[in-house]
Amino acid sequence: MAKRIRILVAKPGLDGHDRGAKVVAAGLRDSGMEVIYTGLHQTPEAIVESAIQEDVDVVGLSILSGAHMTFFPKVRRLLNERGANDIILIGGGIIPEEDVAELKKTGAAEELFPPGTPVSKIAEFIKKRVARG
Amino acid sequence: MGNRQQDEEMKGSVRKGSKRKADSDCKAWQEKLKSCSERQEVDFVTTSSAPVDILNTPEDLAKTDYFRDIGYPGEYPFTRGVHPNMYRGRLWTMRQFSGFGTASDTNKRYKYLIKSGATGLSVAFDFPTLMGYDSDHPRSEGEVGRCGVAVSSLEDMETLFDGIPMGEVSTSMTINGPAAILFAFYIAAAQKQGVPSKKLRGTIQNDILKEFIAQHAWIFQPLPSMRIITDILKFASRNVPEWNTISISGYHIREAGSTAVQELAFTLVDGFAYVESAIAEGLDIDEFAPRLSFFFNAHNDIFEEVAKYRAARRIWARRMKEKYKAKDPRSWLLRFHTQTAGCSLTASQPENNIVRVAYQALAAVLGGTQSLHTNSMDETLALPTEKAVRIALRTQQILAYETGVPNTIDPLAGSYFIENLTNRMEAEAEKYFEKIESLGGVIAAIEKGFFQREIADAAYRYQKEIDSRRRIIVGVNDYVEDDEKIEIPILKISPEVEKEQKRRLKRLRESRDNNAVKKTLSAVEAAARTKDNLMPRIIAAAKTYATLGEIVDSLKKVFGVYHETPIF
Amino acid sequence: MDKTVCEKILSGDKRAVAKLITAVENEPGKCEAVMDSLFSHSLAAHRIGITGPPGSGKSTLVDALTVSIRRKKPTSSVGIIAIDPSSPFTHGALLGDRIRMKRIGLDENVFIRSMATRGALGGLCAAASDAADILAASGKEVVMVETVGVGQSEVEIAQISDTCVVVFCPGTGDAIQTLKAGLMEIGEIFVINKSDLEGADRFLLDVRATLELREREKGDWEPPVIKTVATEEQGIDELLKEIERHRDYLSFGDRLKDKRVEAVAKKIRGLVRNTLESSLYTPDEGDQLRTLSESVLSGKVTPHQAARKVIERIRGGRQWAIGNRMKR
Repeated sequence: MAKRIRILVAKPGLDGHDRGAKVVAAGLRDSGMEVIYTGLHQTPEAIVESAIQEDVDVVGLSILSGAHMTFFPKVRRLLNERGANDIILIGGGIIPEEDVAELKKTGAAEELFPPGTPVSKIAEFIKKRVARG
Repeated sequence: MGNRQQDEEMKGSVRKGSKRKADSDCKAWQEKLKSCSERQEVDFVTTSSAPVDILNTPEDLAKTDYFRDIGYPGEYPFTRGVHPNMYRGRLWTMRQFSGFGTASDTNKRYKYLIKSGATGLSVAFDFPTLMGYDSDHPRSEGEVGRCGVAVSSLEDMETLFDGIPMGEVSTSMTINGPAAILFAFYIAAAQKQGVPSKKLRGTIQNDILKEFIAQHAWIFQPLPSMRIITDILKFASRNVPEWNTISISGYHIREAGSTAVQELAFTLVDGFAYVESAIAEGLDIDEFAPRLSFFFNAHNDIFEEVAKYRAARRIWARRMKEKYKAKDPRSWLLRFHTQTAGCSLTASQPENNIVRVAYQALAAVLGGTQSLHTNSMDETLALPTEKAVRIALRTQQILAYETGVPNTIDPLAGSYFIENLTNRMEAEAEKYFEKIESLGGVIAAIEKGFFQREIADAAYRYQKEIDSRRRIIVGVNDYVEDDEKIEIPILKISPEVEKEQKRRLKRLRESRDNNAVKKTLSAVEAAARTKDNLMPRIIAAAKTYATLGEIVDSLKKVFGVYHETPIF
Repeated sequence: MDKTVCEKILSGDKRAVAKLITAVENEPGKCEAVMDSLFSHSLAAHRIGITGPPGSGKSTLVDALTVSIRRKKPTSSVGIIAIDPSSPFTHGALLGDRIRMKRIGLDENVFIRSMATRGALGGLCAAASDAADILAASGKEVVMVETVGVGQSEVEIAQISDTCVVVFCPGTGDAIQTLKAGLMEIGEIFVINKSDLEGADRFLLDVRATLELREREKGDWEPPVIKTVATEEQGIDELLKEIERHRDYLSFGDRLKDKRVEAVAKKIRGLVRNTLESSLYTPDEGDQLRTLSESVLSGKVTPHQAARKVIERIRGGRQWAIGNRMKR
């Protein structure tokens, strides 16, 4: 059976930069995934609700506004509260290394990809991680 | 008579002879080319994926007339520059876009920049401010002061310019959706310093069309947004005559992924739309056009960028004079600010970004920019530190004083390559103008998703080129350092900023005359429902310390909000 | 185990609903027991199929229609399945309908699920129909299935609905060609969306004229044609009225039963066809169809003989799990 990896690409908060999110969404489709893009200006609650309804394997947050230390922990917490501990949370954007380390340490994000990361690298990570279960 | 005929014949045969020699030299070169191998691993295209001619010769400029198409600086069609003596008279303004944290944090950074030699100020606001939310609004949580300065009221604006004489600096404010309100805060803050609005110099970006197309910091729907803009144009032409009321922008369109030609065409077509809108509102073109300004990107491909700026000046001048019949020569001028391309910076090996920015700054100056912002090397990681922004400023200063580039005007003019490229980009832009016209104009094209689709397609193609390594980005897909350690300091925004802003706002709401606030807000709402100019009412509200969010809400009641249907 | 899943679904547990939909997409064979238990609970919902050419504004219409339903009856709840095509080359998909349903995305009582076609032939029908059953069983009073109206399987999905709404918009090329596309046969309600565009009235007349040509008997449902501008909420209440009127029409006599029998028949047919086709591909022998075709071209067998070979294998009693989707 042709099971496909499902991923929600989301833009939380007021950040309006969506070039990366759109390019990553299209690239992940090219690598065989089913991608749902939320559009701009999403609240964490709306993102989590969409993730639950779509039963995605992965949620990817794109944040270029510097608000990552607020949004990653919040989305992770809401996912867990809804019983979706198994949904993998990753992301990308303008996030300094120190914050990347902090977010990964606390489990708020599993992996974070800086600007310029080839989409194939993101796809590879997702495929390996989902296969691991 | 006989002599003249002989002369002509001789010239004719010399010309024929020259042509014959040119043809044979060309053929000889083309023959040799056949046995030269070309590098296969990359494509010879611009940053915009446009193919580049291997060589250009006088043949390529056969149809170009120097006086019609190239001309003199400060003379129509201004291909060579908008001022007669360009940088010999005055260097471009070194204007670093800047802002973070609270108004007093940013005030300190402005003072540092001025001390380090910056010649103009440029305000970066945080996302809540850009979207018209106060720092204490629920949607502002986590975002206050993070990518710009938080300004929720006149009080914040006063703090921002505390100790900076507003009558002596020129200030650019990157603000669009709530531009009228931040402009009002600025005017009111200056008045508090004793500076009359007639003396104020600066710019508000105020370019809502490109928000719908690229930057996405909108509030209201397109039509009411245009109304606000024309109110600002009318108000400023009478009351703030030295102020640039729109900075018609291509920077963000390029950042969103467009090609250079798209940046050129979409920016200019937005400009035409503003001109037409203002004329439809009864404004005389020469009343407002001299104060329209532009804002372009400076990306990596030096020559494509230079050609772009030159084509822009020429297209704008021709349209303003011939189509819109502007009489004042200042209305024909395309004056522009440039920012080096943020999207070209890499997170890996950030010091390399210093080099990229230097090349991009060079392109902007070769292209005749009036004002320049150079990015800092650490901006893919966070907002710039003092050291990083100092290097960015020094980049401009070295360019200005050590390279010799500003000593002559439009030095690349006459280059077969540059003039050919300028002509080509102008022709391609014209094709876009026709297409957009056929769709019903800019707003109709926005609603149909035309711009957004073009940009998304270009962004997608660019990424595919990088992913497939047809396009090399140093440090990203080649010359990569494994296990790289980033060893530069990073600017941190403290969560205290948000708390402090909330405290300030609470104090403000308690200490101001709330009756006066209510009255002025009603007046703003009333003006929105009629055709009365919004600016005086918004300024009045600003003076009672109504907050940004409160004034925006009054307008939202009348204008509603915009929801996009994304294209990708 | 199954009972717990059932209970969760019946109580409207969103996560359980979502997970079960994933399961019927990927491993329908394993879900037969659960689906069985849920069946009787899935009958009450009114199923609406929304189809039509690309670009006609279906998602926006679904959004507006749902807002209208919810506004009219605040206790109501709606389930939506939005289907988008998978790339035949990469097998990935950009599921872009949810993003257009701006207002209902935040509504607690609305459940939206995006599905990709996954290159299925007839099998999509079963998966979407199962998903609709699950949403219905979870308490949704209205379940809408939105597809693109190109391709046989997507048209079939509309046909497994109780009420099929076909959405056109003017300016999508030749009106007459559009009308010939087979959609005219299956619709019970026709919508001209984006009716503020030029040519809308002309298009409406063309649709009405084509409908006149349909064979009808006395007492048959006469499909209304409605003009809407979904982005402005124009015509939406009228559309809702007609949908409700059709639901009432079906409630008389055996009409609804006949429709549902037809729908189940289509589902079974789709499953049978898919299972048969999947017998052309086995893990050990690979793509039988290709092997057989090469034999035909090299003159070893005729196409008819090749087909008979396949049928004999089936008769030979090989076991298959009844599958939704053919692996490609």
